[in-house]
Amino acid sequence: MIVEFGHFALILALLVAVAQVVVPAIGAHLKDERMMRVADPAAVSQLFLIAIAFCALTHAYVTSDFSVLNVAENSHSTKPLIYKLAGVWGNHEGSMLLWVLILALFGAAVALFGNNLPLTLKARVLSVQASIAVAFLLFSLLTSNPFTRLDPAPPDGRGLNPILQDPALAFHPPFLYMGYVGFSIAFSFAIAALIEGRIDAAWARWVRPWTLAAWMFLTIGIAMGSWWAYYELGWGGWWFWDPVENASFMPWLAGTALLHSALVMEKREALKIWTVLLAILTFSLSLMGTFIVRSGVLTSVHSFAVDPARGVFILAILILFTGGGLALFALRSKDMQAGGLFQPISREGSLVLNNLLLVTGAATVLVGTLYPMALEGLTGEKISVGPPFFNMTFGPLMIPLLVALPIGPMLAWKRGDFAGAMQRLAFAFGAALVALVAVFAAEYRGPWLAPFGVALGVYVMAGAVVEWANRVKFGSAKSDEIIRRARNLPRSAYGTFFAHFGIGMLVVGIVATSAYREEHIQAMKPGDQITVNGYNVTFVGLEQARGPNYVEDIADFNVKRGGETVARLTPSKRLYDAPPQTTTESGILAAWRGDLYLVIGDAQPNGGYAVRAYFNPLVRFIWLGALIMFIGGGISLSDRRLRVGAPSRSRQPVAVPAE
Amino acid sequence: MTRKQKRGVLIGGGVATLCVALLLVLFALKDSIVFFHTPSDIVEKGVPPGQRIRLGGLVEHGSVVRGQGTTITFKVTDTLRDIPVTFTGVLPDLFKEGQGVVAEGMLDGEGRFKADSVLAKHDENYMPREVANALEAKGVKLGAGAHPGQVKAGMP
Repeated sequence: MIVEFGHFALILALLVAVAQVVVPAIGAHLKDERMMRVADPAAVSQLFLIAIAFCALTHAYVTSDFSVLNVAENSHSTKPLIYKLAGVWGNHEGSMLLWVLILALFGAAVALFGNNLPLTLKARVLSVQASIAVAFLLFSLLTSNPFTRLDPAPPDGRGLNPILQDPALAFHPPFLYMGYVGFSIAFSFAIAALIEGRIDAAWARWVRPWTLAAWMFLTIGIAMGSWWAYYELGWGGWWFWDPVENASFMPWLAGTALLHSALVMEKREALKIWTVLLAILTFSLSLMGTFIVRSGVLTSVHSFAVDPARGVFILAILILFTGGGLALFALRSKDMQAGGLFQPISREGSLVLNNLLLVTGAATVLVGTLYPMALEGLTGEKISVGPPFFNMTFGPLMIPLLVALPIGPMLAWKRGDFAGAMQRLAFAFGAALVALVAVFAAEYRGPWLAPFGVALGVYVMAGAVVEWANRVKFGSAKSDEIIRRARNLPRSAYGTFFAHFGIGMLVVGIVATSAYREEHIQAMKPGDQITVNGYNVTFVGLEQARGPNYVEDIADFNVKRGGETVARLTPSKRLYDAPPQTTTESGILAAWRGDLYLVIGDAQPNGGYAVRAYFNPLVRFIWLGALIMFIGGGISLSDRRLRVGAPSRSRQPVAVPAE
Repeated sequence: MTRKQKRGVLIGGGVATLCVALLLVLFALKDSIVFFHTPSDIVEKGVPPGQRIRLGGLVEHGSVVRGQGTTITFKVTDTLRDIPVTFTGVLPDLFKEGQGVVAEGMLDGEGRFKADSVLAKHDENYMPREVANALEAKGVKLGAGAHPGQVKAGMP
């Protein structure tokens, strides 16, 4: 009964969304205030209805109602509660429901908090937002209905894929979708602005908080996915350039570019047309990601045939919104006035460089992701484009970006002083040089480029510190003056500091762990020892244990350093009950200087086990850097001037009451 | 600088970046892509030794030999032909006899395949999709579990 209720609510949400597309759009055209005001309650009730549908599905999962096909296929009665909850979005139908829920959440947030928006713009934004909802609600109801019943109901479900039964992965999709789908707001604003044919700095001020929020969630969502892959897949890697990962990384790159170009637009009224285009492209890449992940086109274009309806449907949505958006852009963008002028060496100039490199980087990732599919479709030849491709194309493009990153904020708007910026960055250059020499001295056998990579990361981190020190006049003013300045510095400045510092950390972590990782594979019997980067690891033994829904072979390793026991690591192999599948659980000793990472493999005929041991230097810097970027985004978002829904000094539009 | 010159710098910078990216992409596509082959493909097309490829197929029943330390040998078959594979390391969780597998590495001169990685896809399929499709194209009948949506509970 509750399930049918949820199904019904989802259908109602579709009807409400259709109304939300049509009525406010006509109202905005006729300047009819009452019609435009329909958008707000419609957006809120759409959220309410989709939330009911989502709760109904969640209820079916929690109570293990196997008369629902989706629950029977993806859940199991013995699963712990948290994974029953996570199971709601751990499958295609449920994750599409989460998709529309988050879409409606953002729409309702604009309706509730966007009180300062001009009425016509708000009506148009919500109308466009609802059109996306219509497309995806139709997709959900027609091709991926989570509420389909199963008769007769099986006695138990098939269970969730065991490697997905993990806390980090349970919350990875919601965060990722908050990011992905959050860019829909930027898209809706862009389309609304194109329909209005008018765009100004205030527009950027409204768009920026939403983009920033989406960017934050996407950042942390990607980081969580990477962290999960690291400890769960048992390969010790943190990024695989897998198409699924690229699908989330491309919108992140474009979204990062959008954040920076919206900044230029807000401050200088320049790059207006480009920013609108970028907003369309960013959300298009999100849709493309959804298409890649959800259509089944991934490893083979032929498997498209497994469920053609879904693939074709999402492709149609992608073409409609991307194509429609770009067509509208082509028609209307020339009517928009070009903005302020600037010299190439200026804050604007550096942000243009940032945009150029990020967007080109996203394009190379796109080529690497789609090329195998295109080739297979055209010639039938199967290829894989792996990490070497991306390291050769994406990597070199990021180097100039990172070099320019600390310089940009040192330049003034309009016309910058390059020599002065260099002078002020002396400390950062010094720090990088020290890092370079130190890494060369410590790891002289490693690849010769790696120390430069670490130095580049240190330079970016130091550059962020220098910028902050400059703004508070550290070193030239008295201490109470410094404290006063530090306190008065806008939160968005601290946000920039954290985000840029986090990027630097990320780079250091990536380079160090890629270049200096230590790997041992050895067959070990109880009592055997191996030495991994100063750790003395002894295999003590192995025992079996029973978990809530699996049996586990737990290996016991005693880890010594300098003669003292520092940890006992227990990597294990689990065999789940449903579906009967094994997973590898790694044993990790985390430390600042790096992780000791152990996994056990197959049993050997002589009673031993194959053991993989890694030392991953500074690998924590990768996720810590991402976390710091996330925090930076949050600090920036809490800035009074940027707060969602409270943009300052908007030019009030001419709202003509039509009565 | 005049307005025209400023625009020139912008456009010039953009075009230069795109050109560099294009060169990088073309260069990388030439050198770093890996072709996927089944055992029959390897015999028919005469893949030269030393070329990096992906070998896909089923792990032949009874062919897996563990033991020599961490080195494992097994045969990959598409039921028409099979290729012996050696691999040193820890096999992924989904590796099983009779199930699909993708190994990356190169052939030595004597028709053996030296794999440096054996892949397990982390989706709910028991068989990597490229393997399933390649095998079906060769007319091999696959049971349940080869395609998503058909994964039955109670699989071994």
